[in-house]
Amino acid sequence: MTEASAGTEPNRGNSLSALRGWLANPWRKPRFLALVSWLFLAWAIVPVAIAVLVSFNSGRSRSTWQGFSLRWYISDPDLSVLHDPNLLHAVLQSVKLAGLTMIVATPVGVAMALGLARWRSRPATGANFLMLLPLVTPEIVLASGLFLVFVHLYRLGDETLFGTPAQLVGHVTWSIPYVVVILRGRLFGIGKEHEEAAMDLGAPPMGALFRVLLPMLGPAIFAAFMIVFALSIDDFITSQFLSSGESSITIPMLIYGNGRTGETPSLNAVATVMLVLSLSALGLAALVMRAVARRRGGAGTPATQELVRFEI
Amino acid sequence: MKRRRQASEGGIERLYPRGFWKALAAPGVGWLLLLFVIPFYAIFSTAAGKLDPIFNTAVPEWNPVYWQPDGFGFVFENLASDEGVFRLVFLRTLGYVLSAVALCLALGYPVAYYMSRLRGRLRNLFLLLMILPFWVSYLMRIYAWVNLLQDDGLVNKILSITGFMEPQAWLDGRGSTVVLGLVYGYVPFLVLPLFAALERIDKNLVEAALDLGASPLRTFLRITLPLSKQGVLAGTAIIMLPMFGDFYTAGLLGTPRNSMIGSLVNFYLTEATVGPAQARGAALVIILTVIVSVLTIYYVVNTARATREARA
Repeated sequence: MTEASAGTEPNRGNSLSALRGWLANPWRKPRFLALVSWLFLAWAIVPVAIAVLVSFNSGRSRSTWQGFSLRWYISDPDLSVLHDPNLLHAVLQSVKLAGLTMIVATPVGVAMALGLARWRSRPATGANFLMLLPLVTPEIVLASGLFLVFVHLYRLGDETLFGTPAQLVGHVTWSIPYVVVILRGRLFGIGKEHEEAAMDLGAPPMGALFRVLLPMLGPAIFAAFMIVFALSIDDFITSQFLSSGESSITIPMLIYGNGRTGETPSLNAVATVMLVLSLSALGLAALVMRAVARRRGGAGTPATQELVRFEI
Repeated sequence: MKRRRQASEGGIERLYPRGFWKALAAPGVGWLLLLFVIPFYAIFSTAAGKLDPIFNTAVPEWNPVYWQPDGFGFVFENLASDEGVFRLVFLRTLGYVLSAVALCLALGYPVAYYMSRLRGRLRNLFLLLMILPFWVSYLMRIYAWVNLLQDDGLVNKILSITGFMEPQAWLDGRGSTVVLGLVYGYVPFLVLPLFAALERIDKNLVEAALDLGASPLRTFLRITLPLSKQGVLAGTAIIMLPMFGDFYTAGLLGTPRNSMIGSLVNFYLTEATVGPAQARGAALVIILTVIVSVLTIYYVVNTARATREARA
């Protein structure tokens, strides 16, 4: 259909006009669009929900519901997350790695965000650019590069650093830019007025930094901790490329390795543990950010929107 | 009072000790130089490196003067030949990625459009549910489909009960299953930037076009679509970058018949250690990087412009 005929005959055929209607008219009730969108949401969420549900199955099947139990978490003497050493080890390795990544990446990132926001010079522009690069580099490229330097360059004599040390370094490397981006957003939001006021009232610069600016950044720093934890626990490529075999298998690596061969819902149980860990970290971050937004008089953006913003 | 005058002249940064901000940024910058820039260089050095005569393994050549193109030569010869595995895999990857991106756009645009029209509580709820998949590990979301698509999985059960279609061996090396997995995995990352772009469109423009007699379709094609172009391009870049390096989706949902470029990288770089395999793997990574760097550069420029506008 040409544009001209579309203009002169707006009501040809009901379905067609309905289709055109939702394309352009924001005031019409978009029923068709609403249906598509909510179905989309269901499609996005239901498969994961089923996978979680299956982890509570009392039988061995990954597709037939045989009653609720915690068998695959704690009660099965051999195959549950608690009793299968491989599963338990993967959970512990993931948590250890995410915890360490959070502890290393967040302070480095916070300092870098402060430094880059205030340090004005030509190298600073370059540093800003350098900071953005890991965000737009495909993870497989970064992981390949790190793999090669840990094989050929960064090693202790005959020993390589593969395993937890290399994995930690890899996770920290792509986490730093996330921390910087989160903190930078808050820094611009806060502005310099509070520090200026503190200094006008006689505070030394360091006092203004540590007693005014940093406390104001507190919630963002906390959010950065939690988000780095969640990103790290979900990571697959870096952990896979920089692992040293059995001892450094994380939950996502376990899923990749056993996804097609697993015979019981215990893999679902491990995946659910990971889901709970990362979602609770993010829930905490969202709660804190929302509480802060409220205290400021409700004018702040909802935490959900802030979480979206720096993902983009 | 001297301090105060300085503050109004040069900004409060100047009141801090000389080099303070630089020192704050230094650890982060140093980290990224050592563990992002050098690894990236190591990929080139390995791809253009030499073969250790004793161990018959690839050794990186750090001095670009002695770089030799053997690794690339092998990859390009393979790409050029009709029977080359690489050529097959590259074309397959391109096919999967392009179909998945097209499907993501077809599905994601209406949803983002609907979301941008929502207001109030419903909007917050939709947004919250929409970002949920973001924070569920990618591997777990794909694994959820392994559960559903097994031979005795829920999908086949529903098919045999309803008689709508014969039960299928979904995981038996089907391209369509892998594309479905890619769409499922990446579409949330497209919807959010699209939503952000659509939300920014001034509703008055749409209203004006309709008032001036443009049909809904014409209004959409001439107003809404062009104004959301930035979002479409940014979103496409965001999902294409990781998709080109993806090997785990095909690994979980397919067979070796579905392997993608990422699978080759994973195999040549980290699994095959004999002979020049590592150099070939590194050459593959570089070719992959070149493919996505057009997208990367576009995305960086785009982000930089958006940041500048936000700061202004």
